[in-house]
Amino acid sequence: MTVHNLYLFDRNGVCLHYSEWHRKKQAGIPKEEEYKLMYGMLFSIRSFVSKMSPLDMKDGFLSFQTSRYKLHYYETPTGIKVVMNTDLGVGPIRDVLHHIYSALYVELVVKNPLCPLGQTVQSELFRSRLDSYIRSLPFFSARAG
Amino acid sequence: MAIFSVYVVNKAGGLIYQLDSYAPRAEAEKTFSYPLDLLLKLHDERVLVAFGQRDGIRVGHAVLAINGMDVNGKYTADGKEVLEYLGNSANYPVSIRFGRPRLTSNEKLMLASMFHSLFAIGSQLSPEQGSSGIEMLETDTFKLHCFQTLTGIKFVVLADPRQAGIDSLLRKIYEIYSDFALKNPFYSLEMPIRFIAGALCLHTNPLLQET
Repeated sequence: MTVHNLYLFDRNGVCLHYSEWHRKKQAGIPKEEEYKLMYGMLFSIRSFVSKMSPLDMKDGFLSFQTSRYKLHYYETPTGIKVVMNTDLGVGPIRDVLHHIYSALYVELVVKNPLCPLGQTVQSELFRSRLDSYIRSLPFFSARAG
Repeated sequence: MAIFSVYVVNKAGGLIYQLDSYAPRAEAEKTFSYPLDLLLKLHDERVLVAFGQRDGIRVGHAVLAINGMDVNGKYTADGKEVLEYLGNSANYPVSIRFGRPRLTSNEKLMLASMFHSLFAIGSQLSPEQGSSGIEMLETDTFKLHCFQTLTGIKFVVLADPRQAGIDSLLRKIYEIYSDFALKNPFYSLEMPIRFIAGALCLHTNPLLQET
């Protein structure tokens, strides 16, 4: 059980943060394009899901899985999107993604007067706290598995 | 009904078969007096609620019927424009039924193609080698399961999130498809399945009722 990578997007599609832990295959396109493709895919999935749903939705799109990985999604009402790719053994982790938003992003970036919003987060504190939080998760194993 | 719908998508992304089997969605009918306290807007040939959510009427719900008569897109059953009709105080009090809009067949075609592309992007953005496309997509109201055959046909089933056994249902639908469509000498591959709609319905309905 492991975490492959994590993306953080804002409401305009700007990738605020990206980190990876165990990623075996790169997308084959430059990083900037990969962020745009990921954001575009999530935007389309959200629109697809809201049309397809037979009942009124509350939380919306939660996750999807393929034969090799699972993508978990959490969006705040302000449009901040937390996206985490893990392997298949991981269950619902909405509370983990919410913690990343509320206890890490809001506390260390939004409340920091020196961190400009709407751009990639440069804060080293945020990066290191996020890294140690992910490594402390019960489903993160240090050896790539 | 635990299974909401079934879609079969060909390898080019076109929808070739579609079956809906969910019960009517939640609808709310209320009597209103002038002026209407909801803000309505015209979107995609339908009149939707833009603002003023209350009492079971949510933003995004469409006007389904006025005074008991079903509306036809943006026109009432008599051919008048809905927004104009509701803007005229002489027509009040009026009883309007709101609910989640049903998908038109055009929209289903577009959604099927959209899913076809999303499936491929899911595979491209994979952090692991050898990933397939999206096999299961989960939301809080439904779960979408997709099975792609070796020939590129996708069988997509929308079901209740707690429903189990969809994998075997997908395999069974594939079996029915190969028995009734592929073995039919008059069926052209990748084309919409119309002639066996009856047979497929007949076979999938017992399956859907079992699950």
